[in-house]
Amino acid sequence: MSQYYSTNEAFALTPALTLALFGCWILVFDFLFANSKQKRYFALVVVAGLIFAGVGLYRQQAFLATSGDSSIIAFSGALTIDRFALYFNWVFELATLIVALVSYNYLEIEGEHHGEYYALLLFAQCGMFFLAAGTDLVTLFIGLELMALCFYVMVGFLRGDKRSNEAAIKYLLLGAFSSGFLVYGFSIMYGLAGSTRLTDVAAAIAARPAWDPLVFLAMTTTAVGLLFKISAAPFHMWAPDAYEGAPTTITAYLSVASKAASFAFLLRIFLGPLAPARDAWEPLLAAVAILTMTIGNLAAISQTNIKRLLAYSSISHAGYMLLGLIAGNDTGIQGIAVYVMVYAFMNLGAFLVVIALRRKNIIGDDVDDMAGLMYRSPGYAVLMLIFLLSLAGIPPTAGFLGKYYIFLSLIETHHYLLAVIATLYVAVAIYYYFRIVKTMFVGELTEKAPLATSFGLRVALGITGVLTLAVGVYPEPVLRLAQNSFLR
Amino acid sequence: MSGPPLAWYLILSAVLFALGVAGFLFRKSIITIFMSIELMLNAVNLSFVAFSYQLKQVNGHVFAFFVMVVAAAEAAVGLAIIVTVFKNRETLNVDEVDSMKY
Amino acid sequence: MNFLDQIWLIPLFPLFGAVVMLLFGSKLDPQPASDVAVAPGVELTHDGHEAAHHHHGHTHEHAHEHVTGHDHHGGGLKTVVSLLCPGMVLLSLIWSAGAVLQLANVPERSHEVIQFTWLAGLPFHMAGGRLATFSADWGFLLDPLSSVMILVVTGIGFLIHVYSTGYMAHDNGYYRFFGYLNLFVFFMLMLVLANNYALMFVGWEGVGLCSYLLIGFYFHKKSAGDAGKKAFVVNRVGDAGFILGMLLMFSVLGTVKFVDVRQILGSGNFRAETAGFGVLSTMALLLFIGATGKSAQIPLYVWLPDAMEGPTPVSALIHAATMVTAGVYMVARSAALYQLTPHTSTIVASVGAFTAILAATIALVQNDIKRVLAYSTVSQLGYMFLALGVGAYWVAIFHLFTHAFFKALLFLGSGSVIHAVSGEQDMRRMGGLKDKIPITHWTMFVAALAIAGIPGFAGFFSKDEILWQAYSSQQGSNALYVVGLLTAGLTAFYMWRLMHMTFYGRSRVAPEIEAHIHESPASMTVPLTLLAIGSVLAGWIGTPRLWGMSGWFRGFEQWLEPSFASAAVEAVKEGAHDASTEGILMGVSIALALIGIGIARYCYHIRPEIPGAIEARCGPIHRTLSNKWYVDEIYDFLFVNGFAKGGGTLLGAFDRNVIDGGVNGAGWFTRFSSSFSIWWDTWIVDGTVRLTSLLVKVSSYPVRIVQTGRVQAYALFVVVGALAFFGYYLAR
Repeated sequence: MSQYYSTNEAFALTPALTLALFGCWILVFDFLFANSKQKRYFALVVVAGLIFAGVGLYRQQAFLATSGDSSIIAFSGALTIDRFALYFNWVFELATLIVALVSYNYLEIEGEHHGEYYALLLFAQCGMFFLAAGTDLVTLFIGLELMALCFYVMVGFLRGDKRSNEAAIKYLLLGAFSSGFLVYGFSIMYGLAGSTRLTDVAAAIAARPAWDPLVFLAMTTTAVGLLFKISAAPFHMWAPDAYEGAPTTITAYLSVASKAASFAFLLRIFLGPLAPARDAWEPLLAAVAILTMTIGNLAAISQTNIKRLLAYSSISHAGYMLLGLIAGNDTGIQGIAVYVMVYAFMNLGAFLVVIALRRKNIIGDDVDDMAGLMYRSPGYAVLMLIFLLSLAGIPPTAGFLGKYYIFLSLIETHHYLLAVIATLYVAVAIYYYFRIVKTMFVGELTEKAPLATSFGLRVALGITGVLTLAVGVYPEPVLRLAQNSFLR
Repeated sequence: MSGPPLAWYLILSAVLFALGVAGFLFRKSIITIFMSIELMLNAVNLSFVAFSYQLKQVNGHVFAFFVMVVAAAEAAVGLAIIVTVFKNRETLNVDEVDSMKY
Repeated sequence: MNFLDQIWLIPLFPLFGAVVMLLFGSKLDPQPASDVAVAPGVELTHDGHEAAHHHHGHTHEHAHEHVTGHDHHGGGLKTVVSLLCPGMVLLSLIWSAGAVLQLANVPERSHEVIQFTWLAGLPFHMAGGRLATFSADWGFLLDPLSSVMILVVTGIGFLIHVYSTGYMAHDNGYYRFFGYLNLFVFFMLMLVLANNYALMFVGWEGVGLCSYLLIGFYFHKKSAGDAGKKAFVVNRVGDAGFILGMLLMFSVLGTVKFVDVRQILGSGNFRAETAGFGVLSTMALLLFIGATGKSAQIPLYVWLPDAMEGPTPVSALIHAATMVTAGVYMVARSAALYQLTPHTSTIVASVGAFTAILAATIALVQNDIKRVLAYSTVSQLGYMFLALGVGAYWVAIFHLFTHAFFKALLFLGSGSVIHAVSGEQDMRRMGGLKDKIPITHWTMFVAALAIAGIPGFAGFFSKDEILWQAYSSQQGSNALYVVGLLTAGLTAFYMWRLMHMTFYGRSRVAPEIEAHIHESPASMTVPLTLLAIGSVLAGWIGTPRLWGMSGWFRGFEQWLEPSFASAAVEAVKEGAHDASTEGILMGVSIALALIGIGIARYCYHIRPEIPGAIEARCGPIHRTLSNKWYVDEIYDFLFVNGFAKGGGTLLGAFDRNVIDGGVNGAGWFTRFSSSFSIWWDTWIVDGTVRLTSLLVKVSSYPVRIVQTGRVQAYALFVVVGALAFFGYYLAR
């Protein structure tokens, strides 16, 4: 640890501060752009904020590379900028960028174009920053709540829409309920360690017997809160409703960024303070993972609402990612890192196509709204095909890569049964993704006009589409990034 | 050390937490459900403060304050959302907010 | 030009064609989108087949009116598509041929081009505990085995593309069809050129996708949609086998690269699992499950006959010549593994043999011309697996090679027939087409001789070699040989039944269609002719050892030698059997083929004149009606009444000659067995597929029903989950 930077908290905080400042700027200057059309400039402000935050992240990355330090530690250990934190932050940057690009047109169609939306995007990402970089229970808790509060509002952003309200109230009540469990676990951890630093908690837990009741209590309650956030069964039930009711842009954001941040949080806790209690939680998480894959995949089969279908699919993806943690070796943890990144492109991409279907008077979130898309707008249909293939884990798309490492790690650690179950569920998953493919390619066309989409959406689709294919075909850079980032 | 032992505080905290959970599960008004969540968080605060007192150390107090701040923020956002729900549905019965399912 | 280092280009040509067609095709298409969406003349109330006939009927009548094919409303686009898509495949063909010619000069006859590391190496603890580093390359391997495959894929693929420009000329979605077709060729080339299992899996899934899209090409047909779904469900089972086999290979061998796998397995660290069913046998079995899905073997063969809902060129290219042989290719590619796993090899051979005879018996009674060919394909694929199972890998590839010619020809020929009779696929409404569509007739005649195994034609050489290997190989047995031999006889019978019902005898075509019968345009007949030439010549590169012809003597085997190292095995085997045995067996199989053809001729050419004569008195009006049922009457007469009568008079008189009785008895048995097969197919196998599909769907509901929409119920599940955790702690 370098003496200079340990005191220079500002350097560590730059990305978060930048995001927060740009968010405040938008709130303050919301009056500048009075009508809905002008508010689309806020999307540019968000992009600018992301670029500045990106510069901050890049400088931190460059510092780590040149100094040879493994991390920048700030606030005497409450915040740690390591490669793990930076890796996840790049995922958040990407997700926020894509969502900001597609939001302006969508909000205009919905008639709810307000500056606060963009501010909330930035604040939420600020919370995610702390989730990925926090190494203190307090920091992590604050980060989680900052992110979650922003999401509660964004999910209910369509104030006049019953489904949006309902989604928000459900998400809020259950989210607060689950963070109650989480923070209860934190209080026990604090009591065990006498400190809120993750390293101190880890040491205290390691010093206690393997099946200590207090450790188990802390572990389970914390796990309930964490598993809720990543929407693992049986704590997943908020997800389909929140995803369905939320504005589609927010559904995309929720399913990708919030899930990635929650996974960063989960890994920090389970590979940090709870690592010594692995014997106790490994079978529990294995059961949760199997249940999650089962529920996610089976429930998705007969969905007719595409947002709900993708919600269940995202639940099942959480199950696959958990498998990497259960395997617990380097391959598995890197597998999660790769999976999170890859999942971000492909899931965002799939939602972007759903957003593209939204027009005045047409909600476009039913599977049948995709019918005959191949004839209306072949470009979108082909892109959607690529995203779905990727979600199903079919090579050479990026999705295969994520599953590949997860499965590899399972076999390596002799979790053969889990590997077989996961493989079988992949076969089931292909079934429902292909229902959408079938609808797009061989469905009866109900509407003829090609999709009219905004510039931002086309750019966003281009980015996600290219990444999904490019990473699948040439994954070297992402792999290198992931390999450097894993926690040990 | 004077006063009741730590375990009593912890048991009280656990009981309060369980009451909060029960309130969440069984009350029908969204407002009451929200209050139950506050009860859960206060149970957590109690255990933080008890540990802090026991350990003669300030971290737990700090955490308790943060929990209060978060609870306040959650209440602000939550009440705003509850108001919009009420505007749209004219009811605060939680069982009637179930249009999305399966 | 150094084609060898440019093999990575070979798949890219058709990919380019596909991208252009799929992304920009609709912009080039002058037809309004509405035409594409709702094809004219299709009545959805009809059942699937009827709708198909109508649809075909319309499009092909159009085709007839514009046979020359110039100047239609889509002229400009059609020209672009007709040049671009087959052109891209032609480029692939040229590059393939160049590369293969250059490969012949490479001493070790193997050339690898690695573009970059695809799945990067992570350190990995293998099952044995040894640390290995994995990497799967984005790399291509050209060796004798893949050289045969790319030539088949690009060569046959090119001819079928040319044929399609004629066949699909006036179909809606012309550009879309070619886009999918080019995409298919891309993935198929990836499959056969990949240098490791992971990359092969890319092609494996890709061809499945294209097949699915093309089966459902006539999307307004419900039967087409169902067929696509069936293909889909069945193939998932196979894919799971492939993935698990591949992962097991990862963990046991530490690599999935073909060259390395072969080297490790051959290094002596692994011994043949003769004693029990070990890890290698499991691996081989899992991979074989993958192969049964793709290559339509028992129990996963049911999707292939239904896949005939797709356009006929698709049936020819994907469901006969190339994609369905991917499983054969994969097993042959894993020859080193199967050589070490005799138990799994026995399973492979038995499954192959059983599939061969089961499918052949079903083919006996089919009336839809494409379905006969579909079951025939399943049966021939069974032959290939029989060869693989007895360790005769090169023979399997040889049969794959010759089969690609004559089966593609049969399908394209049937397409030409269907085209001629305005979309009719039922052979009971054909007949006497010989002189009306002479080129189609003569080319199919050649193909039928080839598949029947008449000496001199391609099918004879490869099929005879399979039978010989089934008999003589160490892993072979008399039972396998007999099953193979019977199948050969059945094949000759059903194929000539098809020929007789279609081309010879009295015409049973509806009069209004009869007027329209016409030979197909040159874009269709030229590929037919070229394939017919191939169906004669393709076999001569692997003449039987018995014939001892120098020069061509076993050229095919020698070419594939580096891929399978079979010479040593072969030498041992040859010593154990003398040439006269081989000669006798060859004679038996030829005789059986001739008998099969003879019976077919007897039943469908000589005998039908008797009911025909009776019918002549009933007047021309009734004839049309009765023609529809005429084949059923023959069946009743021959098999049901005939047998009863034959049995009844057996004691009293010998007025029915012995041959007749024998024929009838055999006929009754085959009819019984194929009814049984069909029953089995419809109720058990089909039912299982449907049941699986239904179960998956139904299983969705219990999971969904708990999602009641009530927040407190959700919270209850959270609490229950937490309590379950505590319960685990207490119960531990």
